Amino acid sequence: MINILVRYWPELWSGLLSTLGSSLLALVGSLILGTLFAFMEISSHRWVKFIGRVYVEVFRNIPLLVVTMFFYVVIPMFIAKVNGFTAGTIGLTIYTSAFIAETVRAGIEAVDTGQMEAARSTGLTYTQAMVQIIFPQAIKITIPPLGNQFINLVKNSSVLAFVAGFDLMYQGNVVAATTFNTSDTYLAVGLMYLILTLPLSYFMRYLEKRLA
Amino acid sequence: MSMIEFHNVEKYFGDFHALKNINLTIDKGEVVVIIGPSGSGKSTLLRSINGLNTISSGKLVINNFDIADKKTNMNKIRRDVGMVFQHFNLYANKSVLENITLGPRLVLKENEEQSKKEAMDLLDLVGLADKAESLPSMLSGGQEQRVAIARSLAMKPQALLFDEPTSALDPEMIGDVLDVMKKVAHEGMTMVVVTHEMGFAQEVANRLIFMADGEVLEDDDTKSFFAHPKEERARQFLSKIINH
Repeated sequence: MINILVRYWPELWSGLLSTLGSSLLALVGSLILGTLFAFMEISSHRWVKFIGRVYVEVFRNIPLLVVTMFFYVVIPMFIAKVNGFTAGTIGLTIYTSAFIAETVRAGIEAVDTGQMEAARSTGLTYTQAMVQIIFPQAIKITIPPLGNQFINLVKNSSVLAFVAGFDLMYQGNVVAATTFNTSDTYLAVGLMYLILTLPLSYFMRYLEKRLA
Repeated sequence: MSMIEFHNVEKYFGDFHALKNINLTIDKGEVVVIIGPSGSGKSTLLRSINGLNTISSGKLVINNFDIADKKTNMNKIRRDVGMVFQHFNLYANKSVLENITLGPRLVLKENEEQSKKEAMDLLDLVGLADKAESLPSMLSGGQEQRVAIARSLAMKPQALLFDEPTSALDPEMIGDVLDVMKKVAHEGMTMVVVTHEMGFAQEVANRLIFMADGEVLEDDDTKSFFAHPKEERARQFLSKIINH
């Protein structure tokens, strides 16, 4: 295994960087999109709520691979040529955002309704109450499940391998096919994924403690 | 001068008829206590004054504003009519001081210095100046409720609504909260209080309202209500809560 790591380090390292880049982009994107759709889901406007729910139900109930393939094939047909990395990252972002929307929505709904009532009864607007009172409390509740989503996201980024995204999984496949040493290669790849996910895991735990 | 007027107000929650043809006028400076068995519509009536419940039909006028009117700014009414809840509902993520200053800063546009100074004065009034930096989770129920009253007062409201303010408290905490409420009443605040604290009612309230099954069954000044309740159900209810 060490042999493989040493010999194919440039390939694996560039794969790791692609995986990291795609994951970071998708993490930021899905957090923003997910939060947006969470607020749509709890909106009092019927149509806004409906659109939010449809988005979430569609994208969390279709396999990630299908979503990603869809973007890989469809975007070039209508908009512009995209490489595997971009299509994969878009698919990953949208897929994950559906789960994050549900996580954030659950967090907001877990905050006692009395908090909103008290804020409104002192004349705060809905938005002021959300920003000042509800959302900060919801974030705290949301951190642990959000951590799960982020870790899943990093691992799910291996979907890029199917659309030639040159990520860690893709490079691992190449190395395995070149060396025929499948077991050692995937062991090395697995360890390299841990380099990404373990610190993330610890960081989320740290956040959880600090905010508690 | 009337502050709160109910005209033929009805409220349904689905099929449940929560308020039945309520007609009621509460004047500026009055202290009104509402009593009645649970499920009688007391809280619903109180919450509708603050717009936390909408009404199904009829007319509800607060400070000459019809709250069903789309042009009425509900936030403006809520600014003038404060509410104190059974479970205090202090903002869990804010310190005691921030709980009090948030409304004045965001809604009344007071600057930080002024809002803090006023908040400290109010904390003095409720006897909790030393808790300014504490989080609500560090307070006892009675302390939380006194902070909640200070928070409502910070908006300089014209009326305060109390929804069973002592029902969630341990017995030894109730006195402190009632003392604060008495102080507020003596300042001339218009108050509508849902409570079963008959001592408080006798001492402070000008007027008592008895509700059952969504109706106002009796509405009388405090003395004559306690001396001779006209309604049989009011009589029974009184004897139950006084002689236990």
